[in-house]
Amino acid sequence: MRITQGCFSFLPDLTDDQIRAQVQYCIDKGFAVNIEFTDDPHPRNTFWEMWDLPMFDIKDTGAVMLELAACRKAHAGRSYIRISGFDSSPGWESVRISFLVHRPSEEPGFRLNRQEGPGRTMRYTTEAYSAGRPEGERY
Amino acid sequence: MEKSEIVTGSLAAAPPDSINLRRELTETHAQDVLEELEHELVGLAPVKTRIKQIVALLAVDRVRRRLGLASETPTLHMSFTGNPGTGKTTVALKMAAILHKLGYVRKGHLVPVTRDDLVGQYIGHTAPKTKEILKRAMGGVLFIDEAYYLYRQENERDYGQEAIEILLQVMENQRDDLVVIVAGYASRMDQFFQSNPGFRSRIAHHIDFPDYTGAELMAIAESMLAAQNYRFSVAAKAAFEAYIAARRQQPHFANARSIRNALDRARLRHANRHFEQAGPVSRDDLMTIDAPDVLTSRVFDLDQANEGPNK
Repeated sequence: MRITQGCFSFLPDLTDDQIRAQVQYCIDKGFAVNIEFTDDPHPRNTFWEMWDLPMFDIKDTGAVMLELAACRKAHAGRSYIRISGFDSSPGWESVRISFLVHRPSEEPGFRLNRQEGPGRTMRYTTEAYSAGRPEGERY
Repeated sequence: MEKSEIVTGSLAAAPPDSINLRRELTETHAQDVLEELEHELVGLAPVKTRIKQIVALLAVDRVRRRLGLASETPTLHMSFTGNPGTGKTTVALKMAAILHKLGYVRKGHLVPVTRDDLVGQYIGHTAPKTKEILKRAMGGVLFIDEAYYLYRQENERDYGQEAIEILLQVMENQRDDLVVIVAGYASRMDQFFQSNPGFRSRIAHHIDFPDYTGAELMAIAESMLAAQNYRFSVAAKAAFEAYIAARRQQPHFANARSIRNALDRARLRHANRHFEQAGPVSRDDLMTIDAPDVLTSRVFDLDQANEGPNK
């Protein structure tokens, strides 16, 4: 079950050339490019772990691909990796684009938990199957 | 650049029957940068020859690529050896511009570094430091001045070796993204390459920057003055020629940089001379460096052998 978080997540995995094109777009627009990874796929998990600082002053895609290659080497198959572009111009000051660049080898997906409340109310939560195991051993 | 026309067979779908290589250069404006190189840099014949050869290769490669012929990115890493003040950094900058115009580096900026920018002070400091510099230099040219200081053999706690290893890896794997130019004194660079054969094998072009002759230094001096709207008087020109001849014999001569310092001191004396004479000065006076401004230099004192630091 491929999680669909971020831009292009419904498409097949992006190739390196496509990632490079997106990063070039971010650089052209003056966004700070950032690489993050996590192994908790819950949609409300917004704070992923950062792979080194956001690359504020990097103006070339080669550097970003170098860092991405290093991140992949460290976390391939075990984590999701995403690249995001942060726009610091006044009025925006937020992440403008964020897309997945790597997924773990198997994505088990989510379970829907139903909790019955008083007076036949139902509370629903999404729980990732992989979150049942400790961090680092999920995939 | 010998050939200007070549004839192709039926290789690609709709190739032109004859190709004008010179047009490649003018189209990419690499020709403009080459001409700038010719005009702005005096002397340096071996350097200019080698650069023209590299430009020719890159232009031919571009055309071959367009025709669908296999062409691997040539290794562009270079080593510039020569005495200080011979124009290594200036040529590196021009190299970056030329490579950018021919499309071999994406951004064409030059990042000049020395050992301090690459090597850390404690364990674990070197790798991130070097990687940051490499990331900043991606898409352009990394210029490492005095590269032999990276490897300090006497000090076993030196982390230069780590920086060298990271550099070697990137020089080999990211040849498309980055061009590395190392520079330094010829003899010490030789020693450095001997103790780091990996480095030497990754450098394709070893270019030596010869010292300038007296006439070339004079031409450099005149162009420096012209750029600042000064000129020599006839007597001053003769005096400066004598100055150059005397200064070159003395130690710590840094070619073009020494000339620049000497001209700055001449301007100082020129300003002082006009200030002290207390009469009106004409525009011409303010533009002309005269013989006394040059002849009062300590270089002419037979008693004093050294002229003090050039920096």
